[in-house]
Amino acid sequence: MALNRDFVGRTYVSPSTYEVSRVKIREFAAAIGDPNPIYRDREAAKAAGHPDVIAPPTFPIVFTLTGAGEALSDPDLGLNYAMVVHGEQRFEYVRPIRAGDELVCASTITEIRSVGRNEMLTVRSDVTTVEGEAVCTTYNTIVERGGAA
Amino acid sequence: MTATIKYDEVEVGQQIEPAEYNVRRVDLVMYAGASGDYNPIHWNERFAKTVGLPDVIAHGMYTMAQGGRYVTDWAGDPGAVVDYGVRFSSMVVVPDDDQGATIRVSGVVEQKLDDNKVVVVLTAKSGDSRVLSKARAVVRLA
Repeated sequence: MALNRDFVGRTYVSPSTYEVSRVKIREFAAAIGDPNPIYRDREAAKAAGHPDVIAPPTFPIVFTLTGAGEALSDPDLGLNYAMVVHGEQRFEYVRPIRAGDELVCASTITEIRSVGRNEMLTVRSDVTTVEGEAVCTTYNTIVERGGAA
Repeated sequence: MTATIKYDEVEVGQQIEPAEYNVRRVDLVMYAGASGDYNPIHWNERFAKTVGLPDVIAHGMYTMAQGGRYVTDWAGDPGAVVDYGVRFSSMVVVPDDDQGATIRVSGVVEQKLDDNKVVVVLTAKSGDSRVLSKARAVVRLA
Protein backbone atom coordinates (compact mmCIF):
# COMPACT_ATOMS: atom_id res chain seq x y z
CA MET A 1 0.00 0.00 0.00
CA ALA A 2 1.37 3.44 -0.93
CA LEU A 3 2.20 5.76 1.94
CA ASN A 4 -0.13 8.67 2.58
CA ARG A 5 1.47 11.76 0.98
CA ASP A 6 -0.62 14.04 3.23
CA PHE A 7 2.03 13.45 5.89
CA VAL A 8 4.69 15.38 3.94
CA GLY A 9 5.42 18.68 5.69
CA ARG A 10 4.13 17.59 9.08
CA THR A 11 6.39 18.47 12.03
CA TYR A 12 6.49 16.63 15.34
CA VAL A 13 8.22 18.27 18.29
CA SER A 14 9.48 15.87 20.94
CA PRO A 15 7.06 16.08 23.88
CA SER A 16 9.89 16.10 26.41
CA THR A 17 13.51 17.24 26.24
CA TYR A 18 16.33 14.74 25.90
CA GLU A 19 18.94 15.03 28.65
CA VAL A 20 22.32 13.76 27.49
CA SER A 21 24.06 11.86 30.27
CA ARG A 22 27.63 10.59 30.55
CA VAL A 23 26.21 7.16 31.35
CA LYS A 24 24.16 7.01 28.12
CA ILE A 25 27.09 8.19 26.01
CA ARG A 26 29.30 5.51 27.57
CA GLU A 27 26.64 2.85 26.97
CA PHE A 28 26.23 3.88 23.33
CA ALA A 29 30.00 3.97 22.76
CA ALA A 30 30.25 0.46 24.26
CA ALA A 31 27.42 -0.76 22.02
CA ILE A 32 29.24 0.41 18.87
CA GLY A 33 32.46 -1.14 20.20
CA ASP A 34 34.33 2.16 20.32
CA PRO A 35 36.83 2.50 23.20
CA ASN A 36 37.63 6.19 22.53
CA PRO A 37 38.31 7.88 25.94
CA ILE A 38 36.73 11.16 24.74
CA TYR A 39 33.35 9.36 25.09
CA ARG A 40 34.10 8.24 28.65
CA ASP A 41 36.67 10.35 30.44
CA ARG A 42 36.03 14.02 31.17
CA GLU A 43 39.74 14.78 31.40
CA ALA A 44 40.38 13.22 27.98
CA ALA A 45 37.47 15.24 26.57
CA LYS A 46 38.83 18.44 28.14
CA ALA A 47 42.27 17.73 26.74
CA ALA A 48 40.62 17.61 23.30
CA GLY A 49 38.99 20.99 23.94
CA HIS A 50 35.50 19.91 25.04
CA PRO A 51 33.79 21.00 28.28
CA ASP A 52 32.63 17.43 29.02
CA VAL A 53 32.51 14.02 27.32
CA ILE A 54 31.02 14.21 23.84
CA ALA A 55 28.84 11.71 21.98
CA PRO A 56 29.79 9.67 18.89
CA PRO A 57 28.67 11.22 15.56
CA THR A 58 25.80 8.74 15.15
CA PHE A 59 24.46 9.19 18.73
CA PRO A 60 21.44 11.38 17.81
CA ILE A 61 19.73 8.28 16.37
CA VAL A 62 18.93 7.47 20.02
CA PHE A 63 16.46 10.34 20.39
CA THR A 64 15.74 11.88 16.97
CA LEU A 65 13.31 9.20 15.89
CA THR A 66 11.07 9.52 18.93
CA GLY A 67 9.09 12.45 17.53
CA ALA A 68 8.82 10.99 14.06
CA GLY A 69 7.97 7.62 15.59
CA GLU A 70 4.59 9.02 16.51
CA ALA A 71 3.93 9.80 12.84
CA LEU A 72 5.39 6.56 11.53
CA SER A 73 3.10 4.48 13.73
CA ASP A 74 -0.01 6.46 12.75
CA PRO A 75 -2.28 3.96 10.93
CA ASP A 76 -3.27 6.73 8.47
CA LEU A 77 0.29 6.79 7.11
CA GLY A 78 0.01 3.13 6.08
CA LEU A 79 3.57 2.06 6.93
CA ASN A 80 4.21 -1.66 7.41
CA TYR A 81 7.04 -1.52 9.95
CA ALA A 82 7.99 -5.19 9.38
CA MET A 83 9.06 -4.29 5.83
CA VAL A 84 11.11 -1.24 6.81
CA VAL A 85 14.86 -1.02 6.30
CA HIS A 86 17.09 1.99 6.71
CA GLY A 87 17.89 3.72 3.41
CA GLU A 88 20.02 6.75 4.15
CA GLN A 89 21.22 8.67 7.19
CA ARG A 90 23.09 11.90 7.66
CA PHE A 91 24.24 13.98 10.66
CA GLU A 92 25.17 17.61 10.21
CA TYR A 93 26.79 19.25 13.23
CA VAL A 94 27.04 22.82 14.45
CA ARG A 95 28.90 21.47 17.47
CA PRO A 96 29.30 18.04 19.10
CA ILE A 97 26.61 16.78 21.48
CA ARG A 98 27.99 16.62 25.02
CA ALA A 99 26.99 15.36 28.43
CA GLY A 100 24.72 17.85 30.16
CA ASP A 101 22.98 19.00 26.99
CA GLU A 102 19.23 19.28 27.29
CA LEU A 103 17.94 18.91 23.75
CA VAL A 104 14.74 19.57 21.88
CA CYS A 105 14.04 17.74 18.64
CA ALA A 106 11.64 18.87 15.92
CA SER A 107 11.13 16.23 13.22
CA THR A 108 9.57 17.01 9.85
CA ILE A 109 8.56 14.53 7.19
CA THR A 110 10.20 16.21 4.19
CA GLU A 111 9.60 13.68 1.42
CA ILE A 112 7.72 10.51 0.49
CA ARG A 113 8.46 8.96 -2.88
CA SER A 114 8.25 5.65 -4.73
CA VAL A 115 11.45 4.08 -6.02
CA GLY A 116 10.66 0.98 -8.03
CA ARG A 117 8.55 -1.26 -5.79
CA ASN A 118 9.64 0.53 -2.62
CA GLU A 119 8.37 3.54 -0.73
CA MET A 120 10.96 5.97 0.67
CA LEU A 121 10.25 8.44 3.46
CA THR A 122 12.64 11.13 4.71
CA VAL A 123 12.54 12.81 8.10
CA ARG A 124 14.64 15.86 8.95
CA SER A 125 15.21 16.46 12.66
CA ASP A 126 16.39 19.84 13.92
CA VAL A 127 18.10 19.47 17.27
CA THR A 128 18.56 22.49 19.52
CA THR A 129 19.28 23.05 23.20
CA VAL A 130 16.42 24.21 25.43
CA GLU A 131 18.09 27.63 25.28
CA GLY A 132 17.62 27.59 21.49
CA GLU A 133 21.22 26.94 20.43
CA ALA A 134 21.34 24.89 17.20
CA VAL A 135 23.35 21.69 17.73
CA CYS A 136 22.74 19.40 14.78
CA THR A 137 20.38 18.44 11.98
CA THR A 138 19.79 14.83 11.05
CA TYR A 139 18.27 13.31 7.91
CA ASN A 140 16.77 9.84 8.07
CA THR A 141 15.41 7.99 5.04
CA ILE A 142 13.60 4.71 5.54
CA VAL A 143 12.59 2.25 2.84
CA GLU A 144 9.41 0.21 2.99
CA ARG A 145 10.17 -2.83 0.83
CA GLY A 146 7.40 -3.61 -1.60
CA GLY A 147 5.33 -0.68 -0.30
CA ALA A 148 4.73 0.77 -3.77
CA ALA A 149 3.97 -2.56 -5.40
CA MET B 1 38.34 20.83 18.88
CA THR B 2 41.79 19.43 18.50
CA ALA B 3 42.03 16.93 15.71
CA THR B 4 45.49 15.40 15.67
CA ILE B 5 45.74 15.26 11.88
CA LYS B 6 46.90 18.57 10.41
CA TYR B 7 45.09 20.07 7.44
CA ASP B 8 48.36 21.24 5.86
CA GLU B 9 49.77 17.72 5.96
CA VAL B 10 46.81 16.11 4.19
CA GLU B 11 46.62 15.84 0.42
CA VAL B 12 43.74 15.14 -1.91
CA GLY B 13 43.85 11.47 -2.92
CA GLN B 14 45.51 10.43 0.33
CA GLN B 15 44.46 6.94 1.41
CA ILE B 16 43.58 6.22 5.00
CA GLU B 17 44.76 2.90 6.44
CA PRO B 18 41.87 0.39 6.11
CA ALA B 19 40.37 -1.18 9.22
CA GLU B 20 38.19 -4.21 9.97
CA TYR B 21 35.35 -4.37 12.47
CA ASN B 22 33.71 -7.54 13.67
CA VAL B 23 29.96 -7.78 14.21
CA ARG B 24 28.40 -10.69 16.08
CA ARG B 25 24.84 -11.31 17.25
CA VAL B 26 25.72 -10.05 20.74
CA ASP B 27 26.87 -6.74 19.25
CA LEU B 28 23.46 -6.33 17.62
CA VAL B 29 21.72 -7.10 20.91
CA MET B 30 23.84 -4.44 22.63
CA TYR B 31 23.17 -2.00 19.83
CA ALA B 32 19.43 -2.66 19.97
CA GLY B 33 19.45 -1.91 23.69
CA ALA B 34 21.57 1.23 23.48
CA SER B 35 19.83 2.69 20.43
CA GLY B 36 16.27 1.63 21.21
CA ASP B 37 15.87 -0.04 17.79
CA TYR B 38 14.34 -3.39 18.66
CA ASN B 39 13.27 -4.34 15.15
CA PRO B 40 13.39 -8.19 15.31
CA ILE B 41 15.13 -8.42 11.91
CA HIS B 42 18.28 -7.52 13.90
CA TRP B 43 18.09 -10.34 16.45
CA ASN B 44 15.42 -12.89 15.51
CA GLU B 45 16.37 -15.23 12.66
CA ARG B 46 12.92 -16.79 12.48
CA PHE B 47 11.32 -13.38 12.06
CA ALA B 48 13.98 -12.15 9.61
CA LYS B 49 13.26 -15.12 7.34
CA THR B 50 9.51 -14.64 7.44
CA VAL B 51 9.98 -11.14 5.98
CA GLY B 52 12.22 -12.41 3.18
CA LEU B 53 15.67 -11.74 4.59
CA PRO B 54 18.43 -14.38 4.34
CA ASP B 55 19.16 -14.22 8.08
CA VAL B 56 19.52 -11.65 10.88
CA ILE B 57 21.00 -8.44 9.49
CA ALA B 58 22.98 -5.73 11.30
CA HIS B 59 21.34 -2.40 12.03
CA GLY B 60 22.38 -0.05 9.25
CA MET B 61 23.27 2.35 12.05
CA TYR B 62 25.68 -0.18 13.54
CA THR B 63 27.55 -0.29 10.22
CA MET B 64 27.39 3.50 9.95
CA ALA B 65 28.82 3.75 13.47
CA GLN B 66 31.82 1.63 12.42
CA GLY B 67 32.43 4.03 9.55
CA GLY B 68 32.14 6.88 12.04
CA ARG B 69 34.65 5.23 14.33
CA TYR B 70 37.02 4.82 11.40
CA VAL B 71 36.86 8.56 10.69
CA THR B 72 37.06 9.70 14.33
CA ASP B 73 40.03 7.40 14.99
CA TRP B 74 41.78 8.94 11.99
CA ALA B 75 40.92 12.53 12.94
CA GLY B 76 41.91 12.04 16.59
CA ASP B 77 38.87 13.90 17.96
CA PRO B 78 35.27 12.75 17.36
CA GLY B 79 34.22 16.41 17.67
CA ALA B 80 36.10 17.11 14.44
CA VAL B 81 33.37 15.39 12.40
CA VAL B 82 31.00 18.14 11.24
CA ASP B 83 29.00 16.15 8.70
CA TYR B 84 28.60 12.42 8.14
CA GLY B 85 26.17 10.77 5.77
CA VAL B 86 25.70 7.36 4.15
CA ARG B 87 23.38 5.34 1.96
CA PHE B 88 22.80 1.75 3.07
CA SER B 89 23.37 -0.12 -0.17
CA SER B 90 23.49 -3.71 1.00
CA MET B 91 22.80 -5.72 4.13
CA VAL B 92 25.38 -7.03 6.58
CA VAL B 93 24.18 -10.58 7.21
CA VAL B 94 25.22 -11.76 10.67
CA PRO B 95 25.29 -15.56 11.08
CA ASP B 96 24.64 -17.24 14.41
CA ASP B 97 28.22 -18.31 15.09
CA ASP B 98 31.22 -17.05 17.05
CA GLN B 99 32.77 -15.23 14.09
CA GLY B 100 29.81 -13.14 12.99
CA ALA B 101 30.47 -10.86 10.04
CA THR B 102 33.30 -8.50 9.20
CA ILE B 103 32.93 -4.93 8.00
CA ARG B 104 36.00 -3.61 6.17
CA VAL B 105 36.30 0.15 5.94
CA SER B 106 38.70 2.17 3.83
CA GLY B 107 38.80 5.86 3.09
CA VAL B 108 40.34 8.50 0.90
CA VAL B 109 40.62 12.28 1.22
CA GLU B 110 38.54 13.45 -1.70
CA GLN B 111 38.59 17.20 -1.30
CA LYS B 112 40.07 20.01 0.79
CA LEU B 113 37.59 22.72 1.78
CA ASP B 114 37.97 26.10 3.50
CA ASP B 115 38.26 26.45 7.26
CA ASN B 116 40.59 23.42 7.65
CA LYS B 117 37.85 21.03 6.54
CA VAL B 118 38.35 17.99 4.33
CA VAL B 119 35.95 15.55 2.70
CA VAL B 120 36.67 11.88 3.38
CA VAL B 121 34.91 9.29 1.19
CA LEU B 122 34.49 5.89 2.80
CA THR B 123 34.10 2.41 1.35
CA ALA B 124 32.58 -0.25 3.60
CA LYS B 125 32.33 -3.87 2.52
CA SER B 126 31.11 -7.08 4.07
CA GLY B 127 32.15 -10.12 2.07
CA ASP B 128 31.90 -9.01 -1.56
CA SER B 129 29.05 -6.58 -0.91
CA ARG B 130 29.47 -2.87 -0.65
CA VAL B 131 27.33 -2.14 2.41
CA LEU B 132 27.59 1.65 2.41
CA SER B 133 27.52 3.89 -0.64
CA LYS B 134 27.75 7.67 -0.86
CA ALA B 135 29.50 7.45 2.52
CA ARG B 136 31.05 10.82 3.11
CA ALA B 137 32.35 12.70 6.13
CA VAL B 138 33.44 16.30 6.47
CA VAL B 139 36.13 16.62 9.11
CA ARG B 140 37.70 19.78 10.53
CA LEU B 141 41.40 19.15 10.95
CA ALA B 142 43.98 20.96 13.07
